[in-house]
Formats: sequence, C-alpha cells, structure tokens
Amino acid sequence: MIPDAITQTAPEGVLVKTTSASTQSVPVHETVTPGPVPASGGAQPPSAPRPRRLPSPIRPSAFGVQDVLILVAAAVSSLCLVWIVFYQLTSLSGGLGFLVCWYLGFLALTWFGTFQMIERQVATDRVVAVVVVSAALLVVALVVFIVAWVAYKAVPTIHWGSLFTKDQGNFQVSDPTALDHVGILHAIVGTFEQVGIAVLLGVPFAVATAVYLNEVKGWGSKTVRTVVTAMSGTPSVVAGIFLYSMLILTGVIGYSGVAASLALTVVLLPSVTRVVEEVLRVVPSGLREASQALGAPEWRTVWSVVLPTARSGVVTAVLLGIARIVGETAPLLFTAFGSQRLNWNPLAGDQGALPLVIWSDIRQANQVLIDIAFQAAFVLISIVLILFVLARIFSRPKGRKGGRTSRARPDDDDFMARIFLPVPIEESTQ
Amino acid sequence: MTTTLPPPAPMDPGHPQSFTGTYSLGDSGQIDAEGVCAWFSGRLVLETVNLTMEKSKVTALIGPSGCGKSTFLRILNRMHEVVPGAQLAGSVKLDGVDVYGPGQRAMETRRHIGMVFQKPNPFPAMTIAENVLAGLKFSRISAGSKDDLIQESLAKAGLWNEVKDRLGELGGALSGGQQQRLCIARSLAVKPRVLLMDEPCSALDPTSTLRIEQTIKEIADEVTVVIVTHNMQQAQRVSDYCAFFLAEENQPGRVIEAGRTEMIFGEPTDQRTFDYVNGQFG
Repeated sequence: MIPDAITQTAPEGVLVKTTSASTQSVPVHETVTPGPVPASGGAQPPSAPRPRRLPSPIRPSAFGVQDVLILVAAAVSSLCLVWIVFYQLTSLSGGLGFLVCWYLGFLALTWFGTFQMIERQVATDRVVAVVVVSAALLVVALVVFIVAWVAYKAVPTIHWGSLFTKDQGNFQVSDPTALDHVGILHAIVGTFEQVGIAVLLGVPFAVATAVYLNEVKGWGSKTVRTVVTAMSGTPSVVAGIFLYSMLILTGVIGYSGVAASLALTVVLLPSVTRVVEEVLRVVPSGLREASQALGAPEWRTVWSVVLPTARSGVVTAVLLGIARIVGETAPLLFTAFGSQRLNWNPLAGDQGALPLVIWSDIRQANQVLIDIAFQAAFVLISIVLILFVLARIFSRPKGRKGGRTSRARPDDDDFMARIFLPVPIEESTQ
Repeated sequence: MTTTLPPPAPMDPGHPQSFTGTYSLGDSGQIDAEGVCAWFSGRLVLETVNLTMEKSKVTALIGPSGCGKSTFLRILNRMHEVVPGAQLAGSVKLDGVDVYGPGQRAMETRRHIGMVFQKPNPFPAMTIAENVLAGLKFSRISAGSKDDLIQESLAKAGLWNEVKDRLGELGGALSGGQQQRLCIARSLAVKPRVLLMDEPCSALDPTSTLRIEQTIKEIADEVTVVIVTHNMQQAQRVSDYCAFFLAEENQPGRVIEAGRTEMIFGEPTDQRTFDYVNGQFG
C-alpha cells in the first residue's frame, strides 16, 4: 500500500514509477530511485527514464516587495511630514531634533501602513523589528564613524618614515618639518611593554581566580566574587593613585613601565576574571563528570578538559581584557609618567605610552602635536583591531584535518555558550 | 601491570572482614554492595541495598524514575560523593576490597569502575584518538602502544571501522550513537574491571541503541557491566541479572527483587515486580 500512497501524494515533478501492478511489490526505496525500470518477468519492455522535472524552489519569506515599499513610503512620508511641521508650521530648528522626529514619524507611519495593508499584529511585529535593526545599525555606524574619523584625521598627515622609527624628543615648535623628525616609537614600545607585562601578571591570576570561583567553589567563593565585582567598579585612576602611593611615593620603584603594568593589572584582573568565570560556567558539567569517572584528579579535569573546552572563550576574555587596558590613560599618569624619549627598559625610568601621547598632545596649541595625537589614536585603534583579528584566527579549533566536522553540542540552547564557546559550537559546524 | 590496593581497615564493626586485593588490570570484577543507603541534603533516598553484581555478567537496574537506581550506580564508583549535600552509608566491595575503606582514593576506584553517562559526553576539544587515550593521560598510566590501544578500545566498542580513517577529527564530529560508543571506548581504554552505564541509550535512536546493546554483550566477557535502564525490552535483551528498585510514596528507594533476568521477567515473586515488568504502573 505504501507505494500507492506515494504515488497519490507525490508532488508534481517528483519522479514516481507508475507502471503495472507487478511493480507495486517493489520496495519503497526502489520506487523513487531514478533509472531504468527492471523488467519484471519480461512482460514489460524497459521504459526509458523520464526526465526529472523539479518544481522551481521558493523561499517562503515574511518580507516581500510590498513590505519594502511600505518601509520606503513610511520613510519618505515621515520626511515630508516632519519637514512641513518643523520648518513650515513651526519655527523649530536643529538637525538632531529633526532626525529624532523623523525617526518617530517613520515608526508611526510604518505601523499605520502595515496595519492598513496587512494587519495589526504584523504591524507591531514590524515596528519592533525596525527598532531592533536600527539600534544595531546605529551601533555599527558609530563604531565605523569613530574609526573612519580617526583615520581621516590621522592618515593624511602620517609621515611613514618617521612615525614608527622616531620618538618625540626632537620636537621643536618652530620647525615646519617637525613631522619628519618626530614619531611615536617611544609610545608604541611603552604601550606594548606595559600591556604585555600586565597581561603576563594578570591573566594567570585571573584564570586561577575564575577556576577557584567556578571549579573549586571553596568556602570563600561568594566573598571573592563580590570583591572581584567591586574591584571591576574601581575607577582606573584610583588604581593609578594606589600604585603611586604604595610604590612610587615610598620609593620602592620610580616612575617606570612596570609600575604602570601593575596599575593596569589591577584594572585587568577583575574584568578578565569575570569573563573567564562565565566561560567556564558554560562548559557542560557532563564533561567534568566524564573526566572524574575516568579517574582524573581535579586539577587534571580543569587543565585537560575544562580549560581546553573553554579555550577560545578564555582567549576572547584575555583579548577583551587587553582591549580594556590598552587605552587606559589614568593609571599611567602617575606611574609611567610619559617620557618624550624612547625607553626600552620597563623596569626603570619614565616611559611613554600611546594613550599618554594622545592625552598630552591633543591639548597643545600646535598642529604638529595635534597631528601626532591623532596618529597615535589611529595606531591604538589599529592595534586593537589587529588583536581581534588574531584572536579569531588563534581560537580556531585544532584537529580539523579534512573531512566533515559537525557540532559537539555541549548545550545548544545555552546563549552564553554560543557567545563564548565558539570552539565546539560555532566554528566546528562549518 | 599489577596494582596493589592497600589493605583497608574495617569500616565499622558490622563489616569486619577486609581483604588485600591483588589483581591484574583487564580482569573483570565482582561488586558486592552491602547495606548501601544514600541521602541528599539529609533526605534518605535509598535504603539498605544489598546487591551482588556477578563477575563478567550484565546486571540491569530497573525501576521507575526517582527510585534511586542512578544514585546507587553512582555510589558504586564514588561519583555520588561529587554531588553537593550527598551522603551515604554501607560498603561497596570490588573483589572483596571496600572502595570506601580508609586509604582508598576515589580516583583509584573510578579507574577500576568506569562509567558511561546518559548523554554522550566526548571531550569536544580532543580528537577521537585523544578521547580514547584521555583516561590514560589523566591517570598517568603508560600504554605499550598507543595505536594498538586506540584500535583495541574502539574495536571493542564497535566503532573502529567507522572512524579508523578520521581519528584526528574532533570527538564532536561523530553522530550521537557514535559519540556514545566513543565514550564506551574511552572507558574501556583504562581497562576497568567494571563498567557502569547510566541509561546509555536514552538519548539515542533505535538503531544506535541496538548497536550499543550489541557492544554491551561483546564486552561483557572482559568487564562486568551494570546498566541502569528504563527500557524493559533492553533489560531483557542485554542482562543476565536484574534488580528491581522501587520507591513507594514518601518512602526511600529499595530493592524489591533481584535475580536472574528470566526469573524477574518470567516468574517474579513479588506482585509489584510483576506489575512493573508488565507495564501495570510506573
């Protein structure tokens, strides 16, 4: 009976063999196999395979031409309406107010248009979709605008020969060719050394603390978590003052890169700890049990199972931490102090840093210094961007040696897992 | 390779006998549970279970949900104590050695009594080969030839032919049924004497389930298997012995009846067992 059912319900274009009753006994999977039909008992001549006719594929979509037209119409109508109200009926002015009113009018008209053309629930749904999409677009636009603006201000004035090879020690106010003699090498070196040392000091502590909070779950974990949260709220300038009064005023060390690193570590620790803790929390507990059931001691479970599973999340946490501190200015003010000259030694002597260059040079009444400040900002942004690209590359899973690699599904429905655990979930699905 | 467990001291006056066990890795073992009780946060969930799981046999633990089967299973290899607020009493002897005896380490016990869980849980950051070898790495056991061990373990778990060309892929690349067999291979690689299985097929499709059951029958010569299952047919198909657990209303779980599988399903002595295996309740 099954072949009959298929014959009757098969959609147009699907190849179904409909011959005599003698072929009805052929198993189902053969019925739909294209190809020559085996002659049963020699009674039937082998019929040639019919050309396969497939229906043209469609994608049922909730968003069609009409919907686009409604949106465009709403946008244009709102523009006209607000223009009339703003500039003809009332004497309002101001670009921002105009924009806000236009957007609100656009939303209202979108709702009304969809309500008229389709129906009420679709209209509400559409308006919410528009709000969400425009919020996302606004954020993207802001980031693009900031990067583009800095690049626009910085790139035309960059003297590539000197920017990365010279420091600011030779700057003279009256020199018209000053940009050929100054660069920000001292600041780049300083920032790399300070941030590098801060990461080396801070990340092991942060990961260890996160492991304590989430894996060991000792008696003090609640207290520690509260303290870490409070610490992440500490203003970074306080971290700078703390290090200044603890180490520099007491004469333990002078102004130096390492003092700046310590201040940056104070800023880095809580943020990395909290993110790593979240990352560890979404590692499925079944993996820990599996490891324990194999006879693994607790440290082994953490080291060989939990941390590798959360590897890309931990890398992300570290990079977020670096991005957090690389632009910190306040903790450096009283610690690195900001030299104009190149100082390779982070242990002694004041040292420059990119944020310090921006902070000090942008306020000068000298176009060369203002240009230098923008160039430093451009370099800083580029460093952050490169870091993020590197993070994406290095957090790829290992062991993908050809072949299909499907998902590992720790917890498919876990939102945080999808964000922070791209190793087993996102990337391996490709 | 031979391991000597330290002689455990008597746990309490009720269980005076203790043995020094010397055994070879790879032999199957017998488990004797005596007077096992379990509590979660002070609430008694399992009362005085006395059960012997015979060497080289498959013992199925059956019963409705919440009757303490899984808890009992986890007590056998000391995974129960991992749960916060969990307590227990009684003794569990592996070939005569009390796994809860003083001086016995939980890690050592778990190496000899392996476990396969309900949800397949291969380590996602490790390749298939690394997954198989994970137990050795964790316990710092040295294997003669790693390649041979990988092949042997995967073959025992019935997975070798499917994955022999893709040992370098991540464990998560396999289907659910394959992942579960990888977990079995991972447990077998450390050569346990007993393998506990906590509803190993409940997350799998019928074909994979049959494949796992076949695997269980194949490995039963070398390792004692204790399996928790909700599937009556499965218990009948794979097990030599059966224990019926039941927690009556507001009562902790108890073993109602235990014995050969044919007996439990064919002519149970207790009416409640009869009702359960014939689908009258639960």
